[in-house]
Amino acid sequence: MIDKNSRTILSVQDLRASINGTEILKGIDLTVKSGEIHAIMGLNGSGKSTFAKVLAGHSAYQITGGSVQFEGNNLLELPPEERARAGLFLAFQYPIEIPGVANTQFLRLAYNTVQTKRGKEELDPLEFDDFVREKMKLLEMNPDFLDRSVNEGFSGGEKKRNEILQMALLEPTLSILDETDSGLDIDALKTVANGVNQIANKNNATILVTHYQRLLDYIVPDFVHVMQAGRIVMTGGKELALELETRGYDWVNANKPVNGVIA
Amino acid sequence: MSAVLQNLVNQPYKHGFVTEIESDIAPKGLNEDIIRLISTKKNEPEWLLSFRLKAYQKWLTMNEPKWQNVHYPKIDFQSISYYSAPKPKQKLASMDEVDPELLRTFEKLGVPMHERAALAGVAVDVIFDSVSVATTYKEKLAEVGIIFCSISEAVQNHPELIQKYLGSVVPVGDNYFAALNSAVFTDGSFCFIPKGVKCPMDLSTYFRINTEGSGQFERTLIIAEEGASVCYLEGCTAPRFDTNQLHAAVVELIALDNADIKYSTVQNWYAGDENGVGGIYNFVTKRGLAKGVNSRISWTQVETGSAITWKYPSCILRGDNSVGEFYSVAVTNNYQQADTGTKMIHLGKNTRSTIVSKGISAGHSNSSYRGLVRITPTAEGARNYSQCDSMLIGDQSGAHTFPYIQVHNNSAIVEHEASTSKIGEDQLFYFSQRGIDAEEAVSMIINGFCKDVFQQLPMEFAVEATKLLSFKLEGSVG
Repeated sequence: MIDKNSRTILSVQDLRASINGTEILKGIDLTVKSGEIHAIMGLNGSGKSTFAKVLAGHSAYQITGGSVQFEGNNLLELPPEERARAGLFLAFQYPIEIPGVANTQFLRLAYNTVQTKRGKEELDPLEFDDFVREKMKLLEMNPDFLDRSVNEGFSGGEKKRNEILQMALLEPTLSILDETDSGLDIDALKTVANGVNQIANKNNATILVTHYQRLLDYIVPDFVHVMQAGRIVMTGGKELALELETRGYDWVNANKPVNGVIA
Repeated sequence: MSAVLQNLVNQPYKHGFVTEIESDIAPKGLNEDIIRLISTKKNEPEWLLSFRLKAYQKWLTMNEPKWQNVHYPKIDFQSISYYSAPKPKQKLASMDEVDPELLRTFEKLGVPMHERAALAGVAVDVIFDSVSVATTYKEKLAEVGIIFCSISEAVQNHPELIQKYLGSVVPVGDNYFAALNSAVFTDGSFCFIPKGVKCPMDLSTYFRINTEGSGQFERTLIIAEEGASVCYLEGCTAPRFDTNQLHAAVVELIALDNADIKYSTVQNWYAGDENGVGGIYNFVTKRGLAKGVNSRISWTQVETGSAITWKYPSCILRGDNSVGEFYSVAVTNNYQQADTGTKMIHLGKNTRSTIVSKGISAGHSNSSYRGLVRITPTAEGARNYSQCDSMLIGDQSGAHTFPYIQVHNNSAIVEHEASTSKIGEDQLFYFSQRGIDAEEAVSMIINGFCKDVFQQLPMEFAVEATKLLSFKLEGSVG
């Protein structure tokens, strides 16, 4: 929702980043305000997942230019764990598996670490159990999830739900969902979208990185950006996603406006 | 490797200090006279001297093994002193009389002996260098007929048991280092659980190598008679030295019908510095004989120390329906080398064995799993399950698996699973994106990886092992 009392959460200016000497992000500009949901769309290799990882601070990428302000602070000088504690959350496209570590143990460590750094109270295992079970209802997750090893043997849909559960627990100011819709059947997609919609409010913001329009049937964006070759080449409202769906990405090339923005 | 990992791995050895206690040291070198000296010093019966001399003669004919995947300079066996004992001022009647300096050493190691004994209900047979200094809870154990004492005492007080069982599982000429041990062992632990007795508490020995240059040749013998059971804990730390110290222990376990022996080790000998200088050579022969029907021998080990580890706790499953188990975590860092595993020899019918091995290699270290599963023709219906997992930290370390499977009976079922994984950038990024530090991330990944083994350890040992691993690997992932 776009609100005139909103504040700027994220401000990206001319961001450039490389991996192993190859420039992937070639000057990105993006402003995200509280209460907003942004979708970043684009073909494979357009740089959209790289953008998500660079914002979260993945060490494989080198920043070669530009700036990123997160709630008024220089995001780029913070190590990834401090970005997370400051309220930036990335839902991974491929969440890792941690054999032998119970999900509840991992979730509690993440929750309590972030709480402590934010100057809030930790929860003991029993309190946390009540808290996490409440959040799990949001995502229609079976409580068995808590005792299973983190992501080990999880189906694609279960992994993604587990990501959104972490998002619900950590209460981020900015959530970046990297291809959260990939590998989900329609029921799982609805559940995940429902979770995201319930977490989104006027004080936080969401960036959805996606290849396809179908996620946007369930999470309605305020802005849609099209990324191509490391730049945002087109920005519009939710109807832009539909336009892309029917006309394909080739249409973007033919209609690319000079200033990168169409009304 | 990231800086964080580097720091984690490079923490100095906590237990590096030397206790100043007057030692009574034999001249360096090995010959029959030295062996006679040891035997005389210990007031041993003639048959034990013969046992030693026979072992020595065997040893002279043997060559140091070369097949293991470890590398070290040739050991000069003539430069080692084979006997060193704290000078006894008087016979000790209670813990209060133990040298306070010695007690302080244990405090530094985090082993407050009496507290630990009282609070945890653990009887601690303390080995300091080569001679037992104090034994606690002995009387309480004696009430149920359990003998738990140093092997020297056992030689004096229960010679018939020692004569019957010593060398019955690991013969004097079994291998190079076992032969050496049989010739020169100075002390160790003896434990006898009589028929039908379940040992009311875990029995524990803390080892500590002290005098520089004195090799340690521990000898442990544990016997569980029919229907008896015991849990035995062995924990080791050693002070920091630059010259390598040889440790060649022999452990023999014997389980009669329906008996159950569970032997757990947490090993943290000095591993050498970050450049691979110094550290203990840990060349150990451990073997259990599941002699009776339905008997069980279970080994659990957490190997974190030593410059070189060469160790294969094994089970000979002779009794029908007997069970052998081996649960192992071996962690190597810097320039440590470990070649460890087990042997499961199935002789009896319906014998079963389980092997779970977890190797973790960081820094420039190398870790090998080497295991033998042999199903002999008499082992009708035998089963084995083996699982060998390796985890690499950084890109300079190595992990190797050498499984040897010999099946000579068609009714056997043998399963082997192996995996290799790596703690890399993406794993750590996932944790850090959830606000978790690299140290905690590594600790959590490792503990998850080792869970199947840690859950075999007694509670307080599991806690100690968890801490030890985190401590060993702090700073090593990148």
